[in-house]
Amino acid sequence: MAIYNLTVNSKKVKVDVEDDMPLLWVVRDVVGLKGTKFGCGMALCGACTVHLDGQPARSCQTPISSVGKNAKITTIEGIGDVKLHAIQQAWIEEQVPQCGYCQSGQIMSAVALLKTNANPNDQDIDAAMSGNLCRCGTYDRIRKAIHRAAEAIKVEEKGIGKR
Amino acid sequence: MENIQTSRRDFLKTTGLTSFGLALGISAFSKDAVVKKLNPAILKLEINPFIIIDTAGNITIVNPRPDMGQGSTQAVPSLLAEELEVRLDQVKIIQSDGKDKYGSQTSGGSSSVRSLWEPIRKAGAAAKEMLTESAAKRWNVPVAECFAKDGTIVHKPSGKSLTYGELADDASKLEIPKNPKLKDPKDFKILGKYNKRLDVPERVTGKAVYGIDVDIPGMVYASILHSPAIHGKIISIDDTETKKVKGVLKVVKTERTMPHRTSEAVAVIGTNYWAALKGRKALQVKWDNADYEKTLSTEKYFAETYEAAKKQGINYEEKGDFDAKYSSAVKKLESHYETPFLAHAPIEPENAVVHVKDDGTIEIWAPVQGPDWALRDVCAYMKVAPEKVKINVTLLGGAFGRKAYHDFLLEACHLSKELKKPVKVVWTREDDISQGPYRPGMLSHMQGFVQDGKIAGYHHHAIGESILGQVFKGLKPDEADPWLSEEISTSNNKYIFDVASKISYTHVKTDIPIVWWRSVYASNFGWGQECFIDELAHLAEKDPVKARLEIIKDERFRKVLETLAEKAAWGEKLAEGQGKGIAVFKSFDSISATCVTVTKKGNGVKIDKVISIIDCGYYVNPDNVKAQTEGNIVMGITAATKDGITFTNGVCDQSNFHQYNIMRLNEMPEIEIHIVDSGSSPGGVGEPGLPPIAPALGNAIFAATGKRMRKLPFDINNLNG
Repeated sequence: MAIYNLTVNSKKVKVDVEDDMPLLWVVRDVVGLKGTKFGCGMALCGACTVHLDGQPARSCQTPISSVGKNAKITTIEGIGDVKLHAIQQAWIEEQVPQCGYCQSGQIMSAVALLKTNANPNDQDIDAAMSGNLCRCGTYDRIRKAIHRAAEAIKVEEKGIGKR
Repeated sequence: MENIQTSRRDFLKTTGLTSFGLALGISAFSKDAVVKKLNPAILKLEINPFIIIDTAGNITIVNPRPDMGQGSTQAVPSLLAEELEVRLDQVKIIQSDGKDKYGSQTSGGSSSVRSLWEPIRKAGAAAKEMLTESAAKRWNVPVAECFAKDGTIVHKPSGKSLTYGELADDASKLEIPKNPKLKDPKDFKILGKYNKRLDVPERVTGKAVYGIDVDIPGMVYASILHSPAIHGKIISIDDTETKKVKGVLKVVKTERTMPHRTSEAVAVIGTNYWAALKGRKALQVKWDNADYEKTLSTEKYFAETYEAAKKQGINYEEKGDFDAKYSSAVKKLESHYETPFLAHAPIEPENAVVHVKDDGTIEIWAPVQGPDWALRDVCAYMKVAPEKVKINVTLLGGAFGRKAYHDFLLEACHLSKELKKPVKVVWTREDDISQGPYRPGMLSHMQGFVQDGKIAGYHHHAIGESILGQVFKGLKPDEADPWLSEEISTSNNKYIFDVASKISYTHVKTDIPIVWWRSVYASNFGWGQECFIDELAHLAEKDPVKARLEIIKDERFRKVLETLAEKAAWGEKLAEGQGKGIAVFKSFDSISATCVTVTKKGNGVKIDKVISIIDCGYYVNPDNVKAQTEGNIVMGITAATKDGITFTNGVCDQSNFHQYNIMRLNEMPEIEIHIVDSGSSPGGVGEPGLPPIAPALGNAIFAATGKRMRKLPFDINNLNG
């Protein structure tokens, strides 16, 4: 066992866990944030996607010992806690989720995509989102929602610019 | 379930009341402590089992169908709300707990809306009539002068009104009307209209609570090592390395109970799930697999189905003397169509939390499709009366049939009893994919002939394992499985074969555990039926749409096919290397037809576009009908072109998503969905879109390449493979 001082969703958290415990189980069972999901345990489905310093990471294959001391961990609970993120809003507008279980991971991947590419085309979306499986089959709406969110962010930024 | 919490929070914000949590029976796993406080001044009144109105005016409606993504959390309460004259954002929705008073509670067979369309609306209408009568009495005015609106009864002449909460006490003392008047569909405000699902915000913020998210005090975690050959017996357990894992509490021999058999298993109990899982991976268990290395084999199973195809099956229906007409026919065809075993692979793996308490009562938190069936199974397995068991149904992170099979729940019951503690069992993806139950693999032996340029003779011989036989009441040796036979019968597909037709079945058994999978046998037999009709159309030198319309009189089928032809611009010139294929299938009282367009690409094809048409009669939310149909397109293409489940030497060859691939976003074709408004009785929505997908694709591939695919799955990038 070892003590790890983590920053999860901008809050300092101290955990005492085994070095090889994946970040997924630290976040879910130790920190108690259940929004990040277990799907495959092999980084094949993307349900466990979180951000490590802003980069999407598969937390089921990320041992806690590999997470840097100063790393910032962001989970689904941390991206729209004050105001829904444009991606979450677009997910509601397009009525994306069916069962919704994979959507935390989908949304984390989509938020990361828009951070680096404010205007993704379909190929960009393919590249960023194909690691996230959805068994309910919501892919068409995910694509539409990402385009919608990108538009919404552009409109919002224009508005801010005018002011 | 989460929209309860949303509306509760909104309510708390606006009123400052902190009192209605427990009155609503929100389950104990809710993270919010407020829930446990109950103000005794507020009286909770059950108007009928589905409607609870407290004297503060809070309205709770009970949803008897668990939500696995199909939208029942909106669909079923909408039926009540429409007749009760409340808006969905005014009410709290809770899940039923399996008890008899709620009737059938299993989400399966696309049955929720089609079976509850009348009874649940009647429950709403009855409550509305009772509330109206109470108001009329209070005011001493005729009932006819009063009407219900948004949770109040209004006296039309004077404009005065009373809320449902103010009337609940009086109403609960009235007789429940037996034949309440239902609204005319033209007056519907909710049903048939686009409405956003109120549970979506919880599902995009990580707040929705699925079974796997339930934590209760004192709970331990279990990871269970199952026999690789499903039914093997334990020879020896070496847990030396397991016990060295920090956090491992115990290793216990346990069992997995399936409907047809109980298997031995080893559970590793930990203070956290990772410890239990790590400990389980360190176990050294020797298994006696008996004959299963030989008998659990999909190769052997399919060899037996092809053998059976050489013989006569048991007739389910026959018109004319098919064999005689077939043998004398000049233009005839014979084909075999095969569909594999498939895993459901919901992204949320199977899991359950069970607490067998000291007083003999049992509390359960689990993602189960049917709390009524779960209650029945738990009572039988634990030998307890239903009143001793409380089931809290959580949201389901996908299910597709899998979570109506309660092996994982009974495992948690067994362990909690043994350990005298609440236990959370979580299956791994490997457990989910390699342990079953699966959709059975099936064979369609097809024969048919053409006379005077028209499809005139048809025989569908269905061959394979029976869900009714293995999972339910069993099958007599001389019985054609009625479930699957009905699905492929001419009374279902509405094809009229002028000369002769026959539907027959041969039961080939397997010990590989099976259960229903989205659209059940329609997912198997749509492939054989619709590809073969296409083959016969070509034999008749007819266009596949025209050939079908020639042998279908049923108006709804014709309308669906004609709509598809129109939307797909059927018959218009195609680009070089392009081909279009269609298929139509009726399942769960809804008719769905699909047109797939593909383009040749190397040795394979690329899917350009999928257009699906659905006539599901009356429906609740057109957007949800579309969403479900979209999901069926994805699941149908996956089933046709990704991996099947195979067993070699007693062991499943697939274990995780690298060997059991499902379609990814970059493979998503352009899609288009159209609803045919027939105004018929409601049909299913969650499943009927799936059966036509694979055959429409197969027929498109034939149109583009001349290659007839007959065995699923195939590699879409290499059709010769």
